[in-house]
Amino acid sequence: MSTQNTNDFVEVFVYETSQNVELLEQIILSSETSGFTRDNLNEIFRIVHTIKGSAAMMLYNNISEISHKIEDLFFYLREHDNLTYDSSELSEIVLNVIDFIKSELDKIKAGEHPDGNPENIAANIRAFLEKLKSENKDVNFVSKGGNEKKADESPAAPVAENKEMTSYEAVVFFEDGCQMENIRAFDIVHRLGSVAVDIVHTPEGLIEDDQSAEIIAKNGFRVEFKSDKPFEEIQQIFEKTLLVKEYSLSEIRNVQEPAALEKAQQAENNGNQQAENKKDTELKSKQNSIISVNIEKLDKLLDLAGELVIAEAMLTNSSDLAGLDLPNFTKTAQHLRKIIDELQDVVMSTRMVPLTVTFQKMNRIVHDMNKKLNKKTKLVLVGQETEVDKNIIEHISDPLMHLVRNAVDHGIEMPEERVKKGKPEVGTIILEARNEGSNVIITIKDDGKGFDKQSILAKAREKNLLPKPEKDMTDNEIYSLIFLPGFSTKDKVSEYSGRGVGMDVVIKNVQAIGGTINLDSQPGEGSTISIKIPLTLAIITGMNVKVGESIYSIPINEVKESFRPNNSDIVRDPEGNEMVMVRGNCYPIYRLHKKFNIKTDVTDFEDGIFVMVEHENNSLCLFVDELLGQQPVVVKALPNYILKYRKISSIAGCTLLGDGSISLILNVSELVKLK
Amino acid sequence: MGEFLALKQIVEEDSQDGKFLTFELGKESYGIEIKYVTEIIGIQPITEVPEMPEYIKGVINLRGKIIPVMDVRLRFGKPAVEYNERTCVIVIDIHDISLGLIVDRVSEVLLISEENIAPPPEFARVSGSGRFVKGIGKVDGEIKILLDCEMFLKEDDIEALENLATND
Repeated sequence: MSTQNTNDFVEVFVYETSQNVELLEQIILSSETSGFTRDNLNEIFRIVHTIKGSAAMMLYNNISEISHKIEDLFFYLREHDNLTYDSSELSEIVLNVIDFIKSELDKIKAGEHPDGNPENIAANIRAFLEKLKSENKDVNFVSKGGNEKKADESPAAPVAENKEMTSYEAVVFFEDGCQMENIRAFDIVHRLGSVAVDIVHTPEGLIEDDQSAEIIAKNGFRVEFKSDKPFEEIQQIFEKTLLVKEYSLSEIRNVQEPAALEKAQQAENNGNQQAENKKDTELKSKQNSIISVNIEKLDKLLDLAGELVIAEAMLTNSSDLAGLDLPNFTKTAQHLRKIIDELQDVVMSTRMVPLTVTFQKMNRIVHDMNKKLNKKTKLVLVGQETEVDKNIIEHISDPLMHLVRNAVDHGIEMPEERVKKGKPEVGTIILEARNEGSNVIITIKDDGKGFDKQSILAKAREKNLLPKPEKDMTDNEIYSLIFLPGFSTKDKVSEYSGRGVGMDVVIKNVQAIGGTINLDSQPGEGSTISIKIPLTLAIITGMNVKVGESIYSIPINEVKESFRPNNSDIVRDPEGNEMVMVRGNCYPIYRLHKKFNIKTDVTDFEDGIFVMVEHENNSLCLFVDELLGQQPVVVKALPNYILKYRKISSIAGCTLLGDGSISLILNVSELVKLK
Repeated sequence: MGEFLALKQIVEEDSQDGKFLTFELGKESYGIEIKYVTEIIGIQPITEVPEMPEYIKGVINLRGKIIPVMDVRLRFGKPAVEYNERTCVIVIDIHDISLGLIVDRVSEVLLISEENIAPPPEFARVSGSGRFVKGIGKVDGEIKILLDCEMFLKEDDIEALENLATND
């Protein structure tokens, strides 16, 4: 196996295992309160088994060992009905294992060897299992489990009538291009190992022989084995293997007792029919199959789609065509435009990912926090199917986590306190996402004690963070103080709020993706934090303005209004700072030509136009020569050379306009800071 | 031609070795290694970028790719001239950073063998734009100043740092 190959395997292992672990976590969290149903137990068993198998394959012994322990535990649980046990204790144990595996996966991702010692957790599992066994001695063995896997270990299990070994033959085809066919085939052999004997497969050397993957991809993977398990159970093994395109499983008739023979025949017919059905469903599901694509490729695709829009505009607006009457051309051009628009929409949609995974993660956080802080909180998720750009998901995850932690830690009161206040004992945090125009609004609403204005103010005073006299501050401004660096309302930094992510980092992360945060709070009734983030970062609608020969774009959502001023509205303070009065409010004026050092003839306010921009309630008026109108623009980063030379904070990026010229996109959030 | 073929065999691994694109600034002739050059285009409309030094004229749109352009005259402290139809932009790519060099005009691609390249004179190493000089090439009795393309990037690092220091 070459190194390249090994890396591929590791990547796939990490990917598949983290998905499985996530799934496991979700099942555990949902089962904790409602109890573990039989289906859940089966599902957990299956997932753990898969993790164990693939970890063993990759020689990550600690992961496979601990998974094996958990598998044993769930095997016991699955085989015995009516067990009495503390489901929250069980959840805790599994969650510990999940954390362990996650941290080991992180190590693997970082290229280290997973060297964590699972001994402690394993001991817990053992202890739990022992307790379980001693407490439930009288519980009946589930008869259904009689002919399942561990039958040979429990002599009490009745010997099933079809105990004779049946020979099976199976041919498995994997999804095209799924890679590592040999490893996947090995996985099948590994699984079969627990139920079958005399396993013979072609090609023979799966791991050792580099060619095997190719052969399997081309000819399929053929395996023959003997097993005493019913056809359905064997079938399960194949069905649960990942990325199997199709498979056929059939019994090879042996010399058997006539009765058994008949039976086998029946089973075979039955089985074939089932296999047939299976094929159908497999084909059906294949139509909706999913592939993972490198995000860079999607970025590139989006870039190209954006360029196509521009190229189309350049073509149809070409000066060579001016004044010509070209009905056919215009028709075709319109058609082209339509296709390009559609293409752009589709490309955008490929990058959209639902918030589900991000939101689900919060369940775990609330669960952990409840345990640590002895609080009772339930998390309600609303609108988790809302989709946002992949890049944004990555940036929103940490701030959300922090805000949810804060809500439990600082917001929700202790249960006794809540009862005393006449509130329901269990606090509620509602995490909601919804679309609003080209933005997504995420709100975190709790019914806790709300922000304490006085303690926020006191803290700010103590830390010297007050930007202006207390009595001049609105409620909102007071709440916003908690976003200042170096602010933490809780005197004692608890384990969760002291993780190095302060509220100032939260706001920084949100701002980095062009979002804003709003706070609202009713003392004693709870608080609401809403985060407004753009659907996508890549395309914005820009208001194009001209200064001298240069064109600048201002993101439209930050433009409040534009107007021609009267000279009488202009105010100059003694230092020469210019301001303009609009409806009784005074706004600073910012001459773009001065700031950017551009030659222009328009220096008199009456010749140009003002564009009022706003960011986070800070406004200022930009003075520009003229407005050119608005259009969607594809945001591009400034060239590396320029970024390397100097970080220009007032420019957010650049874009290509319809005529091929370049406009610079103003960074309003930085401009308003300069006033 | 015989010499050329012989050389070709030597540099078979990378046929770009020893080849220089020569261009002119006023009366002087300069050369840069061809391996850095991605293309040569006529002068384009330039969009100014604020807060840049004078010699960074701005950015241009090269088929959808936005690249900065540097006026090499200004970079070397020579007087600016009006751009005309002979003005060219040489697009170079150094460590994945694209940069357009505005020059008076592009001459030709020359093969200059090692023995025809003299090291830069001592004084050039210490004084200003002299740091750009990698060597002096002699071709048919003419002198070509061979530039070190990497310096177009490195030089700026130093200046950027200096600027930061003075600004604070």
